[in-house]
Amino acid sequence: MGTRTAIVGVGQTHHTSKRKDVNGQELISEAVKRALQDAALELKDIDAIVIGNMDHFEAINNVDCWSIDGSGAFMKPIMKVTTGGSTGGTLGSCAYYHVASGLFDVVMAIGWEKNSESDTQAAISTCADPIVERDFFGGAIGPNAAEYAMYMEQFGATQEDAALVAVRDHNNALRNPHAHLRKFITVEDVMKSPVLCWPIKLLDSCPRSDGACAVIYASETTAPKITPNPAWVHATAVSHDYVYFGDYDWEMMPTLRTTVDRVYGRAGITDPLKDVDVMELYLPFSTCGVVWMDHMHMCSLGDAPKLIRKGVFDMNGELPINPSGGVLSTNPIGATGLIRLGEAALQVMGRAGERQVGDVRTALATAFGSCYWFEATVLRSTKP
Amino acid sequence: MENETILEVREKDGLLILQGVIRVPYTWAAGAVASRFYAGLRDRRIYGIRCPTCRLVMVPPKKTCHRCFGDLNDWVEVGPEGTLQTFTVVHYSEPELHPLRAPFAYGIIKMDGADTGMTHLIGEADQRALKEGLRMTAVFRDKPEGNYLDIRYFKPVKGAK
Repeated sequence: MGTRTAIVGVGQTHHTSKRKDVNGQELISEAVKRALQDAALELKDIDAIVIGNMDHFEAINNVDCWSIDGSGAFMKPIMKVTTGGSTGGTLGSCAYYHVASGLFDVVMAIGWEKNSESDTQAAISTCADPIVERDFFGGAIGPNAAEYAMYMEQFGATQEDAALVAVRDHNNALRNPHAHLRKFITVEDVMKSPVLCWPIKLLDSCPRSDGACAVIYASETTAPKITPNPAWVHATAVSHDYVYFGDYDWEMMPTLRTTVDRVYGRAGITDPLKDVDVMELYLPFSTCGVVWMDHMHMCSLGDAPKLIRKGVFDMNGELPINPSGGVLSTNPIGATGLIRLGEAALQVMGRAGERQVGDVRTALATAFGSCYWFEATVLRSTKP
Repeated sequence: MENETILEVREKDGLLILQGVIRVPYTWAAGAVASRFYAGLRDRRIYGIRCPTCRLVMVPPKKTCHRCFGDLNDWVEVGPEGTLQTFTVVHYSEPELHPLRAPFAYGIIKMDGADTGMTHLIGEADQRALKEGLRMTAVFRDKPEGNYLDIRYFKPVKGAK
């Protein structure tokens, strides 16, 4: 194990469908300035920066170079990291690795996206095999729709079960001033919304947002000088599969299972419902909020709908999930995973405002991307 | 995928080679600062922005100083003349990418009153007589529309050395 590391500052823009008033650099700069302000640090205190967004979005490459005005990386070490939808999670892991290595004391991770300036589906499609899968399975919705269709058939789950997850996340967003979609919805609204890829409907689906997030990591010696309540990193894990949707084990979700097994093991979590106080999960569709609960060991296979119907994951439930409103309310893709980490850290630091979940000692954040790649981080209020 | 063209070419050795074009549509918000700069060009004026801390006047203007990370709001007009800092003459043709047919010249022009240079095309010039330090002035389109190519190119100032 390397140097013990904590999150000490979080900044994000307000997220919305189109930020025409700023360009990419300027959007990034808003998040960076807010993170610095949150940690009461100045740019000179940042030793290194990692930045990322989606490949083939915004028609810009080398974001590490051209974003310097916004990132503040002038004459600093900066590197670009991109792993598709999980980019935000990887940014957090990469910043953590920097500090944990002992080579850097204070490191900032920046995730951002201007979805409004990109063709999300066209760009995402380029991750799929160009001959066999790109034309039909390459977009974002198809694979998850196929996943839930299979789950409904196997376990008798319903579209209404997924709609309950959509209602939970959307209505949680009403407490989050940064969230993109902030509108009260009901199960009926979800069921009546247009079908995108059966059984996924519009309100089951994440939006496309413009936004940026910056999260500051600091070493064991520096973190307590920055804040009395750092969010200590207890475990991170990354599991990537290869790119071939047709050969994924949809019933056992090996990448998700491997990821959570690793972080649960490293952080000593045996029963997530009892051992974790809040989760910020990268759930791009409400259906994932059903299926993935099984594989995160919340219950036996096929039992997730029972927990969801009981409200176990609601704000006042046993294990609140996505008090921020999650990905269903806000999705600037390159930032989305980092927002999960930032929101989980705010919960641990007790600074989540109206969306704060009581006294949080342990929080878990995940990221999801590309062809079922998963990342997870466990944060705690106590030092590892 | 919009307008993707795929040609399957079977080579003599039986190996399949796929040829494709990926076209990814996008838009690009210039932001409020750049928008004001372009609006200036529409009036045939070139504006920069001064950093109150570093005192540097940046052209084209930007929202944040890359040195001190301060917000920039202090607008100043620069030019109308400037100095050629460096240049090159392009001798090969790349019709898909180049704005002009080769041979053509482009360079970096530092406007009077500015601390940073503008990259642009160079026209109405003897390409063999170009040299650093040459005095230059912007040639605008007949009907400027508010974008960077409202300046068609920079040309040497007559009689200047």
